[in-house]
Amino acid sequence: MIKASTYTFKILRYDAKEPETKPRFATYRISVIPGLTVLAMLLRIRDEIDGTLSFRCSCRSAVCGSCGMVINGKIDLACRTQVAAFDTDTIILEPLPNLDVIRDLVVDMTPFWEMYEKVRPYLIRHSPVPEKEIPQSEEERRRIDQFVNCMLCACCYGACPVLAREPGYLGPAAAAKLERFVLDSRDERPAAALDILNNEKGVWGCDTVFRCIDACPKDVRPTDAIVGLRKAMVKHRFQQKLGKANDET
Amino acid sequence: MIEYDILIVGGGLTGLRAAIGLCDRFNVGLISKVYPTRSHSIAAQGGINASLTNNPDSRDDSWEKHTFDTVKGSDYLADQDAAEIMCREAAPIVYEMEHWGCPFSRFPDGTIAQRPFGGAGYPRTCYSADITGHVLLNTLYERAVAKGVKIHPEWFVTALCIEDGRCHGVVVLDIRTGELIPVGAGTTFFGTGGYGRVFQHSTNALINNGSGIGMAYAAGAPLKDMEFVQFHPTCLIGTNILMTEGCRGEGGYLLNNQGERFMQRYAPTAMDLAPRDIVSRCIQTEFNEGRGFEHPLGKYIQLDLRHLGEKKIQERLPGIRKISIDFINIDPVREPIPIMPAQHYSMGGIDVDKGCASEVRGFYAGGECSCVSVHGANRLGGNSLLETIVFGKLAAQAIGEDPEVGTRRPDEKALLKVKKDVEAKLRRLASPGRERPALLQAELGVTMSEKVGIFRTREELEQALQKLIEIKERYRDVGVSSPARHMNYELVGAVELEYMMEVAHTIILGAIIREESRGSHFRLDFSARNDKDWLKHTIARMGPDGRPAISYKEVVITRYEPKERKY
Repeated sequence: MIKASTYTFKILRYDAKEPETKPRFATYRISVIPGLTVLAMLLRIRDEIDGTLSFRCSCRSAVCGSCGMVINGKIDLACRTQVAAFDTDTIILEPLPNLDVIRDLVVDMTPFWEMYEKVRPYLIRHSPVPEKEIPQSEEERRRIDQFVNCMLCACCYGACPVLAREPGYLGPAAAAKLERFVLDSRDERPAAALDILNNEKGVWGCDTVFRCIDACPKDVRPTDAIVGLRKAMVKHRFQQKLGKANDET
Repeated sequence: MIEYDILIVGGGLTGLRAAIGLCDRFNVGLISKVYPTRSHSIAAQGGINASLTNNPDSRDDSWEKHTFDTVKGSDYLADQDAAEIMCREAAPIVYEMEHWGCPFSRFPDGTIAQRPFGGAGYPRTCYSADITGHVLLNTLYERAVAKGVKIHPEWFVTALCIEDGRCHGVVVLDIRTGELIPVGAGTTFFGTGGYGRVFQHSTNALINNGSGIGMAYAAGAPLKDMEFVQFHPTCLIGTNILMTEGCRGEGGYLLNNQGERFMQRYAPTAMDLAPRDIVSRCIQTEFNEGRGFEHPLGKYIQLDLRHLGEKKIQERLPGIRKISIDFINIDPVREPIPIMPAQHYSMGGIDVDKGCASEVRGFYAGGECSCVSVHGANRLGGNSLLETIVFGKLAAQAIGEDPEVGTRRPDEKALLKVKKDVEAKLRRLASPGRERPALLQAELGVTMSEKVGIFRTREELEQALQKLIEIKERYRDVGVSSPARHMNYELVGAVELEYMMEVAHTIILGAIIREESRGSHFRLDFSARNDKDWLKHTIARMGPDGRPAISYKEVVITRYEPKERKY
């Protein structure tokens, strides 16, 4: 038989509706068999011990991006983190940083989605639509692969040191989403469309310390996107200076 | 009261596609209990069927052949006119998604890549590696953002308001604030997904508990073919996370504990790519006859991908590899994946016509929560993503053509009456009770998985019914830990459990009454298909005693006479 061991979960609890009660750690002891995830334990705590615990979850298979949080100091999805992955029998859970806490492990995602919408996160085309698919080579498709994988979990947003000091900063996920379209061979947004991010609140705010890459559960490299966008902006600026700017390419 | 011309409930593929089709002309609001990109559509892996003929082996494929495969796969219970519409719309829908930016995988000639899938005569499943649902859902969400669709995330619908045969909207619990909000609409559309979590073992997201189906039924809309529940053959043991049919489409195969490719004994031609109902029964038979592997998490069969090689696995099935490593510490490049069958899909659902209209005026439904029926007794892989988008689009067209849309107004009084009922229900759930909702739900799940599974008998189904009646009785004693309404997921779960019990009731009763075996519904005591008595749809509506009253509807047959299914 598989042997269970007892773990201690310390979960940071807070309710924005009761601001006079300060954030505090609640402790739960629970017996765990190997192979179970942090999310499975959170569900057991809520279902069996304390029904008032708030956290988000949906797919429980690391595809929907609901359950990003800080687990023993590391940002990850609760559903893909094994309880046994740590060299300790104490698991400390805190909400994602850089976003306001609504209750317990649930944060207010509004600023994250505002930045997402700001970059115009959709394919922009002016050419007439063909009858069948717009052709795209395997190589062109591969170019956007890592950015397509982003599931908008905001783990990178929580890990970003720039957002910790500059709340109006674009953040890694929105940059990755924009680069996903800029690099897409089918997208026809003018180079000038990047201008709104050509500043310190945009791509020039990044410290390039790669925390977002470490935090991404899907191996997306938002820093690559930011560097790529910077290059595109510099190139566009040079072309403008040389009088060769062609905003339609 | 908030009011919309058209209210859409559900932020998955169906709901988003319907909203995109209507938002230019009408005042449309979309409600989702999660952020739309967390919807279960995101988890679809393998692909979406359309006879594009891009694959060199599918040059003479056609929508008619796709229709035939769909009808045969359905064990002839699908309405053939509806299946025709879906398959004819498939290519335009895939091209439309591509034009909207969907990043499909490509063939060397730059066309959309297509792979073989179960029960299909040609390789016609369009895909993006093994994250096809992810790319489709993101594309439609992006489109909805581009069009400025009004979205209310994390609003949970507690009840549907139907009075005098007309739908007036819903009563919402704003999960964040805890406020109860009546949302009136002349037209309400449900794209609320399936009921996987009614079963203990399911590939479905935790949010997929069928509460949309249950609340439509409780409000008076009839359900169709609820006894037909798809069990997917290849689900990871323990967590039951889906291992896409694309694994076998790409050449993977199943092995029993003798190292035998046992599917050749059951389906000599299609082998591992026989339809899901058949492969699941074969695996269960291997278990029952002692040829499964043993594991503390349960019996399993091996899904072997090793011969595909690391390059192909990494290119075509990267998500499967990552899930296997993350969740069971097995790299499929080096070791076979331990799998078992688990509940995967709801063929049955809210009874609607080809335009997604229910018999209730102003109430429409599409996607997995509905039953048109295009899948009949068994859905083919790659047809669910197709159904979600096609019928999201067709529902938008049908609603747009409804002469009363935009002018029909909801009855506020009827809606406020429902709000009062919900208010009383929430108060009752917040008073101390002996039963914890999650534990009662777990008992329901065990009952459904053990007694209403792949192989069914009258005896076990009757036991399930008794247990369900007991659970319904105990539900009266359910109480949640806190009366707070905001961010109270236990309270949301308790409300949903009531609807889950109703869904389970219609599944069990439909399965008891249907004394034949067809598609996913297999009765050991009636093991043959019986077209004479049972080539018909089961309709369940809530009777005056609160129990399902069963009636029947004809199956539409156009050009494919029912034949025995062989693969």
